[in-house]
Amino acid sequence: MYTTEMSKNPARPAAPSEAPELVAAFEARVANDEFIEPKDWMPEAYRKTLVRQISQHAHSEVVGMLPEGNWISRAPSLRRKAVLLAKVQDEGGHGLYLYSAAETLGTSRDQMIEALHTGKAKYSTIFNYPTLTWADIGAIGWLVDGAAIMNQVPLQRTSYGPYARAMVRVCKEESFHQRQGFEITMKLAAGTPEQKAMAQDALNRWWWPSIMMFGPPDDNSPNTAQSVRWRIKRETNDELRQKFVDVTVPQAEAIGLTVPDPDLKWNEERGHYDYGAIDWDEFWAVVKGEGPVAKERVKARIDAWEKGAWVREAALAHAAKQASRRQKEAANG
Amino acid sequence: MANEPNTQTANEWPLWEVFIRAKHGLSHRHAGSVHAPDGEIALRHARDTYTRRMEGVSIWVIRSSDVVASDPGSAGPTFEPAESKVYRHPTFYVVPDYIKHI
Repeated sequence: MYTTEMSKNPARPAAPSEAPELVAAFEARVANDEFIEPKDWMPEAYRKTLVRQISQHAHSEVVGMLPEGNWISRAPSLRRKAVLLAKVQDEGGHGLYLYSAAETLGTSRDQMIEALHTGKAKYSTIFNYPTLTWADIGAIGWLVDGAAIMNQVPLQRTSYGPYARAMVRVCKEESFHQRQGFEITMKLAAGTPEQKAMAQDALNRWWWPSIMMFGPPDDNSPNTAQSVRWRIKRETNDELRQKFVDVTVPQAEAIGLTVPDPDLKWNEERGHYDYGAIDWDEFWAVVKGEGPVAKERVKARIDAWEKGAWVREAALAHAAKQASRRQKEAANG
Repeated sequence: MANEPNTQTANEWPLWEVFIRAKHGLSHRHAGSVHAPDGEIALRHARDTYTRRMEGVSIWVIRSSDVVASDPGSAGPTFEPAESKVYRHPTFYVVPDYIKHI
């Protein structure tokens, strides 16, 4: 799964209170492609940008379990069910790696989860769309995870060490996600006319949200320049989007499906596909939580958190009791 | 890695660092972190999180707050003294080619 910068407020430049020689040394290290580690000095704006981006990324992994979890009990075969379970479990793990990376920046997991539940923190807009048919599980793996990989591969070299290491692990695990999704879509596309129509319908609904996942266009992405300079981001939204379109269109053609974009055509001169205009009003509406199932998603997270509270508390109480028992035994012993 | 400053809220499970031995004969290496109320549950979470693809044959967990780390601010004085001691490496010593097995 994946995140993009969804805040419209540009990151502020160095706070005046920050010693210029520290800022300069930091900028030089980053420009030299060195990794920044948790205890190293870093500008407050760098820290804040990372916390926002990594926590957003973590929330996307966790919320991303919901649309797919929806289909575990209805997977068409035991094989598909086992695969989907493994994939959803991976997404939970990815959320955990990312929360851990963000925690090294001085925030707690509980604080991040609270920010998600109160709507203060964002997650990828893609999960505010519903999964209506089994073909959607194919489309999510193929397109959504495909877009995620495109974004995450360069993040393995992001300047913040813990984030980069989390991305290495995530990328290693994520490639099966895309392949299993493509396999589902390919099988449906080669099936009965009804199955093929189902695959096409899923592609129709997921194509545009998937290419929106790369975030607003570069000329309307105020944080991109700073993030690229700090090596938090290694490629811009539009560069990544273009790459994704270029590799995905031939995959669709190979299995006899049509990308739902009448303006899509190969541009010999550029060596890339030209694609149609993206509906950014829809994107910003979904960011603001107006997606078809946005309320349902956040409610599901809050319910899970609240219903699990007694388990967390009981486990803590048990641990405290065991610890004090051991202490007593040691004192008497 | 170890979390500083400590931002753990009152009811949050503490953080543990996870070390995995990939196979027998290798040492344990840091794999990541988990939250857990005690060591036993930390081990379970570490297993579910970090060994889903046969990445390990043994796991260690240790409370993050128990990790004592060197200070990056004093990395210079800590590590630079070794830089000038090239005589600690075998290549520092010149031995003629006709001397074998050394």
